[in-house]
Amino acid sequence: MSFRLSYLADPGNPWFSWQYVRDNSDTILAALGEHASLTGRAVLFAVLIALPLSVVAYWFRPLAGPILGVTGVIYTIPSLALFAFIAPYLGTGAATVLVGLVLYALLLIVRNVVAGLNQVPPEVREAAEGMGYGRWGRLFRIDLPLAVPGIMTGLRLATVSTVALVTVGVLVGHGGLGQLIFAGFQNNLYKAEIMTGTVLCVALAVLLDLLLVLVGRLVTPWSARGVR
Amino acid sequence: MSVAASPVQQAVLWLNDPLNWTNPGGILQRLGEHLEISAAAVALGCLVAWPLGLWLGHTGRGGGLVVLVSNATLAIPTLALLTILPLTFLGFGRTPVVVALAVFAVPPLLANAYTGVRQADVEALDAARGMGLSGGQVLRRVELPLAVPYLAAGFRTAAVQVIATTALASFVNGGGLGEIIRTGFGLSIAAGGGQILAGGVLVAGLALLAEVVLGGVERLVTPRPLRRDRQRSGRPRPADATGRA
Repeated sequence: MSFRLSYLADPGNPWFSWQYVRDNSDTILAALGEHASLTGRAVLFAVLIALPLSVVAYWFRPLAGPILGVTGVIYTIPSLALFAFIAPYLGTGAATVLVGLVLYALLLIVRNVVAGLNQVPPEVREAAEGMGYGRWGRLFRIDLPLAVPGIMTGLRLATVSTVALVTVGVLVGHGGLGQLIFAGFQNNLYKAEIMTGTVLCVALAVLLDLLLVLVGRLVTPWSARGVR
Repeated sequence: MSVAASPVQQAVLWLNDPLNWTNPGGILQRLGEHLEISAAAVALGCLVAWPLGLWLGHTGRGGGLVVLVSNATLAIPTLALLTILPLTFLGFGRTPVVVALAVFAVPPLLANAYTGVRQADVEALDAARGMGLSGGQVLRRVELPLAVPYLAAGFRTAAVQVIATTALASFVNGGGLGEIIRTGFGLSIAAGGGQILAGGVLVAGLALLAEVVLGGVERLVTPRPLRRDRQRSGRPRPADATGRA
């Protein structure tokens, strides 16, 4: 115990240390890689599920309430509890984290895509129908392109919050950079390890957010002011 | 306990053992800790966010700050704050846990307080000023009562979020219902699966219960005409814009 206390008082526990980063670059890069890959896969799967759900909610108004309600209830369940529900069935692998992250991202994407689709002006919709667009043609040529700002907003929110949420995966040993943060805490409160994990985590969130803003501008060249 | 039983059966078994409720570190003690930590965090958040949000809304400045705060906290992992704050001047114990959780309560409280004041009817404000009310009186007698439904919405969002994130305090041995889940993972999935699931049910149940109860409170303090108006216009509330950990 006295050893621990003296270690704490030791000035050799800085908030940041190049020495630590150099010596553990393999571990850090592996954690960063896992973090990025979990985030990417989670958002991708969430989009693949959320887009059809949103279109169903848009086409069949009576279903909009239940769809938003169910995703809302899932979103209300604390992340730790959600992982606890999944883990007894999927085990302590990355799959548990992935499923939890996908379920969380659903609401953020569905709500924003539905809002984006509902913002398509009725005149535009009627004009498209008058020009002979069918339901699918209108969806792909008119509705979805005009809903791109809403889709991108949902994607950005989902991505940034997923990056932060991956860290909870520590519970089952797949928390990406969360592993560094948690290991630092257990490893006699090694500040450099904790801070490296935290800074990289926030940096990853900011980087991905900027990337999505850029993508949003590229796919909506008509809006010179960009995606807001 | 038979390991062959399904996790759900194990969870029911675990919840039906009275000792799991009353033992030291049992459900009742953890529930008490959970509620204490959450209440303290929400109270601290209100203390900071409401005066600031009301003032910013009253002066009409700082809209950018409100957005910045909610975006910034969205990107910070809860786990990071929970582990970093004990290393600062706050020291160990319950204080850093409460402060860390309060940080995540601030964005919904702040955004709703700000919006609540900003949405006050311009004509009502003009009338109040015409009657000779000072700036502080306008805030207290006109803007504040009109903002109550928004404050309630922010309170609900913040409280539910804090109750959810308090479960993560168990990572830093902070207590709360999350400890039950963590202890379950400390055993193996085969042996602790029931306890993990039971802990999950308790944490999720508490969060959903808070959502329902505080949603009811929110409805009660919202004047009836405003209720219908908000349902029909269906505009997203600022409370919905913030994330959750």
